[in-house]
Amino acid sequence: MKVVLRNPRRELELPAPRTVEQLLRHLEVVPESVLVIRNDTLVTRDESLRESDVVEIRPVVSGGAA
Amino acid sequence: MKCRRCREPAVIDIRRHNAAFCRDCFRHHCHEQVRRAIDDFDMVEPGERILVAVSGGKDSLGLWQILRELGYDADGLYVGLGIGDYSDMSGSYAREFAAARGWPLLEVDLPGDFGFDVPTGSKAARRAPCSACGLSKRHVFNEAAIANGYGVLATGHNLDDEAAVLLGNVLRWETGYLGRQHPVLPAARGFARKVKPLVRLGERELAAYCVLADIDYIVEECPMAAGNRHLGYKEALNTIEERSPGTKAAFLFGFLERGHERFRGDAEDERADLGACRECGAPTPGDLCAFCRLRVRATGQPLPFLAEEAP
Repeated sequence: MKVVLRNPRRELELPAPRTVEQLLRHLEVVPESVLVIRNDTLVTRDESLRESDVVEIRPVVSGGAA
Repeated sequence: MKCRRCREPAVIDIRRHNAAFCRDCFRHHCHEQVRRAIDDFDMVEPGERILVAVSGGKDSLGLWQILRELGYDADGLYVGLGIGDYSDMSGSYAREFAAARGWPLLEVDLPGDFGFDVPTGSKAARRAPCSACGLSKRHVFNEAAIANGYGVLATGHNLDDEAAVLLGNVLRWETGYLGRQHPVLPAARGFARKVKPLVRLGERELAAYCVLADIDYIVEECPMAAGNRHLGYKEALNTIEERSPGTKAAFLFGFLERGHERFRGDAEDERADLGACRECGAPTPGDLCAFCRLRVRATGQPLPFLAEEAP
């Protein structure tokens, strides 16, 4: 599956299936600091990701400005 | 996961609430948290006009939309900070959001209206960029709210922002700041009331709200904020939160309920005995307010009244 990271933007190809939680753990990303968007839809951490998915891991932490 | 409210498939999980929500119920959750913050802290009086400080980011655009959906009379204010492409992009997001909804958006441009931008101001005054930025925005927001007759100014500070600020203030025992840290800063002579209606919502919730409401916002971070202390505090708190969900909320609301009052005395004198800035009329303990002093340094030009007095 394709994984898109932001800030800075980069793309990875990672094997599936795995859950959102497993993916974030593999990437060492703190779940509280991101949203996970699969094929333009939000997914919860227990959701299973498939080989054909495009998954965006969107950071949500703002640097000090509203 | 199933939605706690309606048992449909959930799209967002909020661990500190031990809950997951579907799209519609999550919207309801966000509305309820904002409504509760406004009621609990008496943020807005009936019929009052609200000016929302918008940056093009998820928090401020989400706030503006939620306030309008709750029936408040809320307009936006965007301040161009002159931070290159970032400001160009954030301004576009703010304008497109407002135009798509037909909502009024006031605009102030720091370079165009005041002759300097945040990078220049930061260097000239030897302040960190975030400090020059915050000072400028606070001044401009307040001035715009008062000049345009808004009773209250709302900013998009969320639970994570406030918890990070609290952590910083506690680590350095900034008792004056602790005395002032509150979701409502009351109006005073020359100051509009400032409120933070998003204080019960986390950053992740605001981002999710925007995604689910199809609100396009700037995801890229301000290039001048990279590596700042505030971000470091947020990272630390998120790591703690991951192991102990609810810690950020307990920290912040515990302080507001049981700690804030103990520091009120340290902050009380700060708004007393203020005169008016000789240049712009803003409240200040000195001759010139901090913003006008920054402006003089950043532009290298004397302000009009100073030029008149020069021999």
